[in-house]
Amino acid sequence: MTDAARPHQTFNWLADVPEYHGLWSWVTSVDHKQIGIMYILSALFFFLAGLTLAIIIRIQLMVPMNHFVSQDAYNQIFTMHGTTMIFLMGMPLLFGFSIYLTPLMIGARDMAFPRLNAMGFWIFFFGALLLYFSFVGGGAPAAGWFSYAPLTEKGFASNPGVDYWALSILVMGIGSVASGINLIATILTLRAPGMTLQRVPLFVWMVLTTGFLVALSLPALNAAIIMILFDRLLNTHFFSPAQGGSPILWQNYFWFFGHPEVYILILPGFGVVTEVIPVFSRKTLYGAGFMAASTVAIGFLSFGVWMHHMFATGLGFWVLWVFALSSLLIAVPTGVKIWNWIATMWGGSIRFTTAMLFATAFIIQFTIGGLSGVTAAVIPLDWTLTDSYFIVAHIHYVLLGGMFFAMIAGIYYWFPKVTGRMLSETLGKWHFWLMVIGFNGTFLGMHVLGAFGMPRRVWTYPYGMPLVTGLNFFSTLSAFVLAISILIFFWNIGYSFVKGKIAGDNPWDAWTLEWACSSPPPPENFDRLPPIRSRRPLWDLSHPEESGRKPGGQTS
Amino acid sequence: MVGARLAMDLDTAQVSSIFHFATEQGRTILYLEYINIAICLGFFLTVAWFLTFAVIKFRHRAGDGEPHQYEGNTKLEIFWTAVPALIFVFLAVATGIVMSIVNPPVGKRQPDITVIGHQFWWEYRYPKSGVVTANELYLPVGADLMLEIRGADVIHSFWVPDFGQKMDAIPGHPNDLFLKPIREGLFLGQCAEYCGSQHSLMRILANVVSPKEFETWTKSQSKVPAPPTDKVSVHGQELFMSKTCVQCHAIAGTKATARVAPDLTHIADRKTIGAGVIANNLENLTQWIMDPQQFKPGAYMPNMRLTESEAHDIAYYLENLK
Repeated sequence: MTDAARPHQTFNWLADVPEYHGLWSWVTSVDHKQIGIMYILSALFFFLAGLTLAIIIRIQLMVPMNHFVSQDAYNQIFTMHGTTMIFLMGMPLLFGFSIYLTPLMIGARDMAFPRLNAMGFWIFFFGALLLYFSFVGGGAPAAGWFSYAPLTEKGFASNPGVDYWALSILVMGIGSVASGINLIATILTLRAPGMTLQRVPLFVWMVLTTGFLVALSLPALNAAIIMILFDRLLNTHFFSPAQGGSPILWQNYFWFFGHPEVYILILPGFGVVTEVIPVFSRKTLYGAGFMAASTVAIGFLSFGVWMHHMFATGLGFWVLWVFALSSLLIAVPTGVKIWNWIATMWGGSIRFTTAMLFATAFIIQFTIGGLSGVTAAVIPLDWTLTDSYFIVAHIHYVLLGGMFFAMIAGIYYWFPKVTGRMLSETLGKWHFWLMVIGFNGTFLGMHVLGAFGMPRRVWTYPYGMPLVTGLNFFSTLSAFVLAISILIFFWNIGYSFVKGKIAGDNPWDAWTLEWACSSPPPPENFDRLPPIRSRRPLWDLSHPEESGRKPGGQTS
Repeated sequence: MVGARLAMDLDTAQVSSIFHFATEQGRTILYLEYINIAICLGFFLTVAWFLTFAVIKFRHRAGDGEPHQYEGNTKLEIFWTAVPALIFVFLAVATGIVMSIVNPPVGKRQPDITVIGHQFWWEYRYPKSGVVTANELYLPVGADLMLEIRGADVIHSFWVPDFGQKMDAIPGHPNDLFLKPIREGLFLGQCAEYCGSQHSLMRILANVVSPKEFETWTKSQSKVPAPPTDKVSVHGQELFMSKTCVQCHAIAGTKATARVAPDLTHIADRKTIGAGVIANNLENLTQWIMDPQQFKPGAYMPNMRLTESEAHDIAYYLENLK
């Protein structure tokens, strides 16, 4: 590595960076790296909260007619589990990654609007606390994370739970729109000289698409939430059918946000995997142009599939069929990505670090989640399977086995950059294998549970059904394995932060710009940038003969 | 406790599953399910094979240098874009065909049965015979039926897995569901759209019976029960009419006509109380009347603070409505 790639001396870990000293430096920070870290730490904290709720759900469903928690408590718990995992874990995790990495990857000093960035985080953080305050402030929401009207109307949900839910999602939604716009502006305006849009890492492409999805879909949710608040607090009737309102209208608003939301969550995960797989396969990304194009295609199509959440609401034939077609077609660009990841590994020299293991498991688990999604797009099958445990299996294969596995791959991959220390590979392998076993054991059987008539969101199920009882029992045991693997993961993070091996600037011999600065990166990221002639500037530095042979670099 | 009592009823029911169709519609959907499973399995095995091969064949071995760098192949990209696209268009066409078979245009056709989802029970009305009942549905085998699905308060969803399609019961937005039962038996289902605190105990017991049995059942249900004659029943009826029961329940041939809660005209014929929560017998019904919340917390029927003997007399009266 040349001196140009090492503008600063190597710092050992965060506390060695003088600007990052003390709590106050974090609270007042407008630095994208600190804000990114705070997002990720909050996401991991709320992941633990959501996981605890999930374990309570699994204990309750371990045996038929269980009374571990009351039905009312259970309804609050699954509502909070879903809301937590989507809004308090998934969103901050993807924003954390995007905000930490995007400026580093495009060679910028910070985000386009650093103060807006800080506002986005703090508004999220206090919104999240507001949601959890509901447990002690009058009752947690119990209308599901989707809050279908008219169950959310005052007449059916008289405690303030839904108000807490609506207000906190609203403020977090405003913060998210701000962050989305910030990411778009950063990527479009702050790229370093030579960093054309054809040369930005694919992760940045996916973040850009996510930014647009956030900025365009969350306002629909925010508007609908204001309406539900008006219904509850000012006695309007947007969604109450008894007074002429329309509950279907809520579903349209909610899923107009809710389906792009799935891609908002998964696209940065795709981005992480798209960075991890080439580095550990030691090959440039296969079909990068098709990867970027398929991302944009997913972005557009994701706004035209929302009604597949509403196939059982009795809409007309053509409306339903068109949405079936679009929902099936969105699987095409997704499939293109799967083949490109495999083609990248093909002919490579694959190093199975923990990050690569998670990325590999991601491919196979996400494929399962994608195929159960295809099944749910085939309307007659959706009529049989929707609102059953089949869909529970589907979303967990997409979001936990897909998005979260990808993000864990990202944590193993970038932890050395963020902290200056390596995560333990031994603990990492324990984490990986236990998590794969625990995750698949918990959720694979749920496909069968759904086909055998177990609806979602039920507090219990009757005796006398050996298959349902057996699968639920096995699922709960596996959930404990999953929880243990997560504890190992958190132990690994804590332990390695203090005692991990010193990483150095570029422990994986990776190619993108973030590996050109020290670990952790200094406050303003770069003094001098290496020349950017392709998507892999650091590869070009170590392989000068190749970049000479190919002027213009690797642009497709 | 509650579960133990319910188990008795479920012994006679079949294990429910979408692979175990009991209607013509379920059978049609299952063909599509098999096609879909074949496509998905094919795709999954292809991905799994290539991935496993790559993982084994191309793993790093000591002494390997950097592998050959190449950036893609447009023909291959077009291939794996176009082939799935064609398969998905095929699936979409099959979807449209099965949809129009399972859910034909309604036209001027009137529903044979109206299903109304309430928090947390089901009301069934048979407009042709005027029968109104709750929670336990009777269907004649072989008949081409159209069910109208309505919601009374919040959104519910009518789902009997063996029947195939489920349909949301949305207030202000009636939906139609077509069923042609092809197998006799007792089929279990339940509300599939989360509807509040007792969502998980909002069960459906669907009896598919022979046309003859169905006729007998319809006749017996249409009959107005004779006024009670024995002392206990008479006392029970007096209590029923003087306490708040009449505010919500209806019994044909009496002044109880409210439609808020389940119609009790022929409650004695039902297998369960509280939408599949406990078996229907004198002792259970007495306990239920004394405190419904112990079995179904969150149900709208309140504890009336009746004495055990009052509750017993009401239950005795109800169990003798024939």
